[in-house]
Amino acid sequence: MAKKILVTEDSSTMRALIGSTIAAIGDYEIVEAANGFEALRILPREKVDMVLTDINMPDINGLELVSFIRGNANYKHLPLVIISTEGSERDRLKGLDLGADAYLVKPFAPEELQQLIRKFLG
Amino acid sequence: MSSSSSRAIGDFLGEAEEIIENLNNDLIVLDDCAAEGSCDPDLLNRIFRGAHSLKGLAGMFGFDDISSLAHHLENLLDHLRLGKVPLTNGLVQLLSEGFETLSRLVEGKGENPDFTFDVSAMRQRVEQFLVGGSDEEADPEMDRIDPEILAVLTEFEEHRLRENLKHRLYLFKIKTDFDLATFDQDLAVLTDLLKKEGEVISTLPLSADLTDRIAFQLLFGTNLPEGELGVLVGPGLAVENLLPPSEPPSPSREMILEGEPPAASGREVTAENAPAMETSARSISRTVRVDIDKLDLLMNVVGELVLAKAAIGRVCEKLKGEGGNELGTELQKATRVLERRLEELQKGVMEVRMVPVAQLFDKMNRIVRKVASERNKRIALEIQGADTELDKLIVEDLSDPLMHIIRNAIDHGIEPPEDRRAQGKSEKGLICLSAAQKGNHVVIEVRDDGRGIDPEKVRRKAVERGLIPETAKLSREQVYDLLFMPGFSTAETVSDLSGRGVGMDVVKNNIALLSGMIEMESEVGVGTSIAITLPITLAIIKALIIRVCDKIYAIPINSVMETMMVETSSVRTIERKEVIELRDSTLPLLWLGDVFQLSDRGNRRARFFVAVVGFAEKKIGIVVDELLGQQDVVIKSLGESLAFVRGIAGAADLGNQKTILVLDVGGLMSETLRGDSAFFA
Repeated sequence: MAKKILVTEDSSTMRALIGSTIAAIGDYEIVEAANGFEALRILPREKVDMVLTDINMPDINGLELVSFIRGNANYKHLPLVIISTEGSERDRLKGLDLGADAYLVKPFAPEELQQLIRKFLG
Repeated sequence: MSSSSSRAIGDFLGEAEEIIENLNNDLIVLDDCAAEGSCDPDLLNRIFRGAHSLKGLAGMFGFDDISSLAHHLENLLDHLRLGKVPLTNGLVQLLSEGFETLSRLVEGKGENPDFTFDVSAMRQRVEQFLVGGSDEEADPEMDRIDPEILAVLTEFEEHRLRENLKHRLYLFKIKTDFDLATFDQDLAVLTDLLKKEGEVISTLPLSADLTDRIAFQLLFGTNLPEGELGVLVGPGLAVENLLPPSEPPSPSREMILEGEPPAASGREVTAENAPAMETSARSISRTVRVDIDKLDLLMNVVGELVLAKAAIGRVCEKLKGEGGNELGTELQKATRVLERRLEELQKGVMEVRMVPVAQLFDKMNRIVRKVASERNKRIALEIQGADTELDKLIVEDLSDPLMHIIRNAIDHGIEPPEDRRAQGKSEKGLICLSAAQKGNHVVIEVRDDGRGIDPEKVRRKAVERGLIPETAKLSREQVYDLLFMPGFSTAETVSDLSGRGVGMDVVKNNIALLSGMIEMESEVGVGTSIAITLPITLAIIKALIIRVCDKIYAIPINSVMETMMVETSSVRTIERKEVIELRDSTLPLLWLGDVFQLSDRGNRRARFFVAVVGFAEKKIGIVVDELLGQQDVVIKSLGESLAFVRGIAGAADLGNQKTILVLDVGGLMSETLRGDSAFFA
C-alpha cells in the first residue's frame, strides 16, 4: 500500500508543489491540510506515515503541531519535517528541540525534499 | 515551458493575487489603527504572514524580484509585529506602495514569466524604516514562565507574551477539550469570548488520552481576576493563574495593543453551551479557482448550443408547415426537452460566472484612500450592497470606468477640508458607493457630498471649447451631457490622476459596451450622483429582432417594454421632436432609419412599428419597419475598431451564420431624450 504523507501548509500552490515533487519519486499518497486544525482532524482518521508542516499558519502554529504529535503515543514515532521560509531560524530550531526530525527551508530544490522522503519512508 | 509548470505558475499567480488582495484589505484596517494608535496583534500577524507566504512561494518559482521585495516587507512587518518599529501612517503608506509594486510584478508575470523591473529603490525605502529599530529588552517576568510553555511559542507569540506581561495583570492557562468533529468552531466561540477581555497568546493542542475528543491549552493574558474569568468561561474549564500579580493593579491600559472594543452583546457562550454546529467546512475548501477564459469558452459553447436549438426549432416549424408528420411531432417533443435542459445548463453556467461586487468595491476603497491621501483630502467611503452579484466579465470591465468616476469625485467633487469647514460641512468628505439589483439590471451608484456641478461653469467651458454656440439654451440634463462629450474637462488643471487621458466620454462608451446606461444628477453645494445601470449578464440575451430597410438589428429584450403598430397620422411634433401619445404621456420617437442613414424620410408608409424601450421612467419609441420576433442571441465583441460606433452596443450571432448588430439602447435613449442633433451628423 502506498505510504501516506500529511502535508500541512496554508498555501494551496505550495501544497500542490510539494505533492507533485513527491509524486515524481514514487507511489506516495498525499493528504493535504490547509491549517493546523485540519491536521488535527486528519491525524486520528487517516493512518499517515509521515508529516510535513509549515510553521507560520493561522490557528495553531507548526511548533504546536510538532509538540502535539511528539506528545501523543499514536503519532510520536512519525517522521516529521518542518518546511518553512527562510528568516524563521529561531522557530525552526525550536521545532527541532520539540522533536522534529529535519527541516527544509523554502525555497528548496525538489531533490532536497525527495531525499528526505526517501530517507524516512524508503 | 511544460504545460504542468506553466499551470503551476498560473496557480502561483492566482494565489499571489489573492494574498496581495487580502494584504491590501488588511492594510486599510491597519491605516485606521495607525491613526488611532492601537492595533489588533492578530491583524499585524496576518499581514506579516501574507508577506511571508508570498516570499516563500515566489522563491519556489525563482521569482527573485518578488521574493526579495516580499522579504524586505516581511522584515519590516516582523519588526512591526514585534514592536521594534512604531506603527505610523507613513509606514502603512510605504507598505501599500510595496504591495502595489508586488502586485505589478505579479501582473506582469501573468503576461510573461520573464517580466521584471528594478525594485531596489523600493527595497531601500523599506530598509530605511528599519534603521533605529530597537531590540526587545529582556523581561525578568519571562523567567517565571514554565519553559515548556515557552518551547512551543513562535517568536511572535513570545513577543505577545512579553507585551502581555508588561501591560496586563494576569496570565492564565486555560485547559479545555472539545468534540473532534466540531472543535474548531467550539474553540472559535471560546476564543471570541476571551478576546473581549484580553488576548489569547497561543493555542496548544494537547495529547490527552481521549477518543473522539481533543484537548487544548490556551495562554490568555487579561486584566480579569481569576474569579471573574471563571464566571466568563463557565464551569468545566480548568483555569490556572500562571503569574499571581506581584504589584497592585495598574489602571493604565492605554499602552496595550488592543483588539476591537468589547462587543455590545454580552451573550455568555461557553464551551459547554456553545451551539452545536455541523462539521465544519470552513477550513476545508469547497471552491475551485477557474480561469475566466474557460468560463467564457463554456459560455460560448452553451451559446452555440442555444443557437443550434433554434435551428432545430426552425426545422420543426418547417415540418409542421408541411402537414401532419409523426416524426415532426416527435422531433418537437424532443426539442422541448432539449430546450428545458439547455435552459438549466445556461442558467447554471451563468450562475457560475456571477460574482459579488464586493471585490470591486474593495478595490475602490483602496483607490479612495490612495487618491484622497495624495490630494490631501479627508474622505470616508460608505459601501452598500457589496453582495450584489454581476457577471464576472462585467465586474472586470466596470473596474476602470468606476475608478475614473471615483477619482473624479475626489478630484473635482469633494472640496479641500478648509473649504468644507467654511461651508459648514464636515471636514471629511463622503463618497457612497452602492449596488442594488433592480429586475434584470444592477444599478451601481457613486454619490459624493462635494461641491456639485455648476451648470453655468460647464456651459461657459463648452462655449470656450466651441462645443456649443454662445447663445445655446440648455437644460440641466443637456449641460450634464456635455461632460460626457469627448475632450471635455472642467478641471482648471488636469490632475495626474483623473486626467490620465481618459474622459467621461470614454467612461460612457465603456458602459455602453456593457449594454449599460449612465446618468448624472447634481446639486451645487450638495453633491453629485452618478448611476450606472447594467444588465446582470451579457453573454446570451433574449433579443427582439427588428428590420429597418434591408438591415436586421437586435434590441436586448430586457429594455423593451412593449411593441405596437402606429398610424403615421398620429405622430405629432412638439419642440421639433416627433412624438406619439401613449396612455396619457408623450413618447419621443427615434427613426432608426435616420440614425443609420438607411431610409429616405420621403417614402414613409401609412403605418409603422414602434418598439418602446427604456428603463424605469425614461422611455422612447424606436421606429422600425418590421418586428421579426424574439430570439436568444450570443453577444460577440465588436473588436477595437468598431468599439465606439454610436448607437451600437455589439454584434450578435443569429445562428444561421448571420451576424447582426445589437442596438445600444441606453445611448440611443439619452441622445433622443436630449434631442441632440449632433448625433445624426
